Parts: sequence; C-alpha cells; structure tokens
Amino acid sequence: MNSSYNFAFLDEGTKREIRRKLLKAVAIPGYQVPFGSRELPIARGWGTGGLQVTFAIVGRTDVVKVIDQGADDSVNACNLRDLIEVTTGCSTTSDTLDATIVQTRHRIPEESMTAEQILVFQVPYPESLRFVEPSERETRRMHAEADYSKLWVFLYEDIVRWGEITLSHRYPVMVNHRYIMDPSPIPRFDVPKLHQADTLFLFGAGREKRIYAIPPYTDVTPLQFQDYSFHVEDFHGASCAECGSTESYLTEVYDRKQGTKQYVCSDTSYCMKRQEQQAGSDVTIGRLWHA
Amino acid sequence: MAYVAVRGGQRAIEEAEKLTKYYRLKNGSSPIAVRQIRDQMRLAVDRVMSEGSLYAPDLAAIALKQAEGDTLEASFLLRAFRSTLPRNLYSLPVDTTHIRMIRRVSATFKDIPGGQFLGPTRDYTKRLIEFSLSEESEDDVKDFLAAYVSDTDVPDTMPEFPKVVDLLRAEGLLENRGAKDAQLEDSDATPPGPSDVGDITRQPIRFPASRAVRMQSLSRGEQGALLALAYSSARGYGFIHPTLGELRVGYVPLVVPHPIYENETITVGWVLVTEAEIVARMEERTEHKRAQFSLGYGFCFGHNDVKAMSMATLDRAMVPEGASAPAEDEEFVLYHIDGIESSGFVSHWKLPHYVDFQAEMNRVQSIQERRRTE
Repeated sequence: MNSSYNFAFLDEGTKREIRRKLLKAVAIPGYQVPFGSRELPIARGWGTGGLQVTFAIVGRTDVVKVIDQGADDSVNACNLRDLIEVTTGCSTTSDTLDATIVQTRHRIPEESMTAEQILVFQVPYPESLRFVEPSERETRRMHAEADYSKLWVFLYEDIVRWGEITLSHRYPVMVNHRYIMDPSPIPRFDVPKLHQADTLFLFGAGREKRIYAIPPYTDVTPLQFQDYSFHVEDFHGASCAECGSTESYLTEVYDRKQGTKQYVCSDTSYCMKRQEQQAGSDVTIGRLWHA
Repeated sequence: MAYVAVRGGQRAIEEAEKLTKYYRLKNGSSPIAVRQIRDQMRLAVDRVMSEGSLYAPDLAAIALKQAEGDTLEASFLLRAFRSTLPRNLYSLPVDTTHIRMIRRVSATFKDIPGGQFLGPTRDYTKRLIEFSLSEESEDDVKDFLAAYVSDTDVPDTMPEFPKVVDLLRAEGLLENRGAKDAQLEDSDATPPGPSDVGDITRQPIRFPASRAVRMQSLSRGEQGALLALAYSSARGYGFIHPTLGELRVGYVPLVVPHPIYENETITVGWVLVTEAEIVARMEERTEHKRAQFSLGYGFCFGHNDVKAMSMATLDRAMVPEGASAPAEDEEFVLYHIDGIESSGFVSHWKLPHYVDFQAEMNRVQSIQERRRTE
C-alpha cells in the first residue's frame, strides 16, 4: 500500500459526499443524482465514475473484483484493480463468488450474485433519453414529468424502419415503474439480470457526474411493445470454443493462424472455472442468474 | 482471500510503462531539471496550471517533464493530484486593482489612465527562428542578465491602474448586467462558499448556470477548445463584434478569511493571472434595442492572452436561451470545453468494445436476415 496517499485515494470529505449521494440514489431507484465528480489518476471515460463509487464504499476487509467487457485480465481491468489495491491495501480476486465488490465495465458476471455483494457499474452515458434529446436541461424536465413519449416514438420508428428495435447494448429499462434508466452498455443479454435481483447495483458516471442505483428486489423492465417484445442476443446455438458453454454471453474471435471464426465466453472467470472443472479440479461454480 | 494472479494485462502495462520511460531517456541526454522547465517553459507551466486548475508551478513543471511536454496530459496529472486534497477554504474575490502589473494593453482607447505596457510579449516580434538558441551557453545567459538588469530603470512605486471599462461605464455606454454579482464582492463580512458562488469542482453544473459557474468552467477549459469556439462566434457563427477593452497580466494577492478571528483576513500568497475585458456590441434579437456596449470577462491562472480573450468572448456570446450558434449555447460550450474530460472520453475508444460490438453485430445480422427473408 502506498502510504503517501489517503486510504482509497480520495480525501474523506469527498468519500462522504459520494456515500450520501449513493443513499439518495438507492432511495429513488433509477433517478440520476448529480455529484461533484473528481478527477482520478485514470482518464475521464475509463471508469472514473465506477471507481469513485468503489473508493467511497470499499473497506479494509473487502475483496474486490474488476472486470472489463467480462474479462479480468484486460489491461484496463488490471490497471483499475492495481490502483484499488495500491491505494487501499484490499485484496482482489477474479472469482465472482469470492468478491464483496465487483466493479464492471459493460457486463454482469454469468454467476449470479448474492445480497452480500455489490455490483458497481462504470457508466459512459447515464442519460437514456440522450438518443432523442441532446439537452440536459430538457431531459431533466422529461424525467421529472415522466414524459417519455419521445423515447417511445423513437422505438416505434425504429421498428417501422428496421423491423425491430435496433438498440443493442444500453437498452433502456423502466425502474420501479417510475424512471427510465440507462443500464450502462451491458448487452441485452444481461438486462433481465437486473430485475428483482438479490444484489445492490450502483452506477457511477464520472465524466457526466451522475450516480444512480437499483436496490435489491426492484422491478426492472426493458421497454417493449405488446406486439414487439424485448428479446436477448441469439447465438444460433453456438458454444464456447474453450469451455463449451451454451448459456453464457459469447463474443466472436478469429483464430490467429487459420483466421476461422469461433465463439468464446466474454466472462473469462466463468470460462476458466468451467475449464478447470472439466480438467478435474475441485471448483465451485455459482448458479446462473435465472437458472 | 489470496490475491489471484491475473494473466496477460498486468505484465503488458508494466512493460508499456518501462518503454515509455525508455523513449524519454533513450538518447542519453542529460535529464531536464524541473527548475529549468518551470523557468524556461514558463507559458507551458502556466497553461498546465490553468487547465489543471491548481496553482502549483513546481508540480506543473514536474508534470510537464513526466508527460514529455504534453500539456493536456500534464494538466491531467495536476487535476488527479487535486482530488486527493481536501478543500479547506474559499478565498475572497480577487481585487485586480491591486495587481502587480507585468503587462497591460487596451485596444479601445489610445491613452488610458496608468498607461499601456507591452510587457513580455511576442506580439510584435518577427517569427523568425533564432538559430543561435541551439548554442545558447550559460555565459550567454549571465552576460545578458548582467547587461539587461543594469540597464533597466525600475520605478519605485507602481502607478494606479483604474479599469478601462469603468470609463465606458461612467459614460453610460456599458450595460450593467453584472450588478448583482458586484454586490457579492462588496460584502466581505461573510466569506464566500460554494452555496454563494457555486463550485464546479464540488458540484456538477446545472442549467441555466450562474455566471460564477460559467466563469469557473471557462477558466479551466482547454485553450484550443475555447479558442475555436470564440473564433467561430466572431467569424460568423454568432453575433459578436468584440473589441479588447483591457488585457492585464500580473500578480494578484489571494486573501482568505481568518479561520479563527472573524472579520480578519490573511494573504496566503500572490498568483500570476491574466484578465481580459471584451467590449462587445451584440445584434439584439429582441424588440428592446438599446445602443449600449456590454462586457465579456475572462480570467485565468498564469500568462495566457489568447485564453483570457477567448473566455471573455464566450462569456459574452453565451445567451441564457434561444442560442442560434454553438458558441452561444451555454450547455454546448460548458459541456465540451474541458480538455481533461473530452480527451479522456475520446481516448477510451482505445479500450476493448468486444461485448458491445458483439451485441451490435447481433442486431445488424438480425436485420440482414429479416431483409433477406422479406
């Protein structure tokens, strides 16, 4: 631990402010609470919002996991994990089941999380209405009046033009029947995991200076029409080339030598655990979210 | 709770860090002393302090060295360091009439009370490369200093520098827009806090923004962004016809309320600042046409004429409602001028987007399939 910096980098007043804003966010599910976002030693847009939330809630006994696009070993995840480790002295893990706090960029882990765990999202664009309204002043009014007609019209026109809703990641959701919320750029595949979960979800947008939350056991429904219902990504029965999983979110990769297309799990921790289990190791794999 | 080793990424980061250091040092030249940067890269240091919004010349110089001269990266280092410091006090409003002037020009009047001073400026030098600088020796430096300092008459007392725009104000030619803000400056009984003036380092901006918030945001904005927007407004995407009322560069005292004794103050130091007042006539788009000038104000850390003038132009260009050009739109300007935020966001495109792109491909493939079967 680098003792020339305060525990968890930020000064105590700042961490207290963020915790107060988090309490407000939890009390009003899906509502974007403005906060005085600070600059961190990583670039704005590389997860400073999530990191500020993590810094504000982390304690000395916490075990932190950081993932980027599902991977624990991507350079950005390593870098964030290293920063948390150096400034707090906390231990870190890549196992979803061992972590008390998971900070994530663009994925929810495949193994379901418990009421004792917190999932912190890094959010690039907190405003779900930005598709249809560029002005912050105007979107704040629209949220206040629950005036979401522009977004509904946008979705309707999308169907007329393309035959389906073309939003892939950051699919807008209705939280607790009141606020439309951007679930961060998770794929559609992860959206159903937010509904009535045991886990507390915290969202931090550093550059846009907003914090919001989904408390446990909250209704979260993706926007859909009666005759055009929401559906998740379809991998046409493909399975992971490493672990054989057909139930996880897969990403396409091209073989380095042959250049042939393959699918692999984006959640590297889940995939590794499955491979270890198949090799005969004694590994506990958590159940999937809606198994 | 053992630390689980992670594959790949960690090692790549460490090696990239070493390689970066190697690139700075690989030719074996002697390392630049931080003091040299502070003194001889004066304007870069000023720019880093201004955009990093921390007045710390020595730290700014270290940051510039670490960033291999990239001013944006150096400002980023300063700003990140700033987040580790608690905010203890808010200073009282700076009174620029007590400035220790090093430069002062006006483009509105030839003769101004107190006089015009070019000060250290390259405005009228021919931009020819001084090849002799490549061979500049310590003796050259000593000789120049000895000769220059002995030649120069330094006046014992500094003259008074009343504000040029006050001349216009006395004539009734200047719109009195900032009357409410001026009241705040007069009340030195209660020290200002974030609730009085707003503090963009502690509260996010809300719109319509107060003038204080606009000023803070512009003051730590990225020079190039401010310049481009101000230029666009003067060039035709807007209605501004600016004239430089006054540009001042100098040291001003920074005064804070005494933490214990009420009604007492402490001067904690002097900071170098640039202040610009732009006099502008704006084509009024309302029925209440009044033939008056109005004022745009710019103020930033360090010596930076272009930044202060751009800031003043934008201050005047931004209108609370009904903007018809980007530079007039308060939200557009304030949300996009911060160099640390915009560069951070753009550089995040270098991060992997495998998952989102997979989701995107899934949608495109799905649409293609539907089109094929239609």
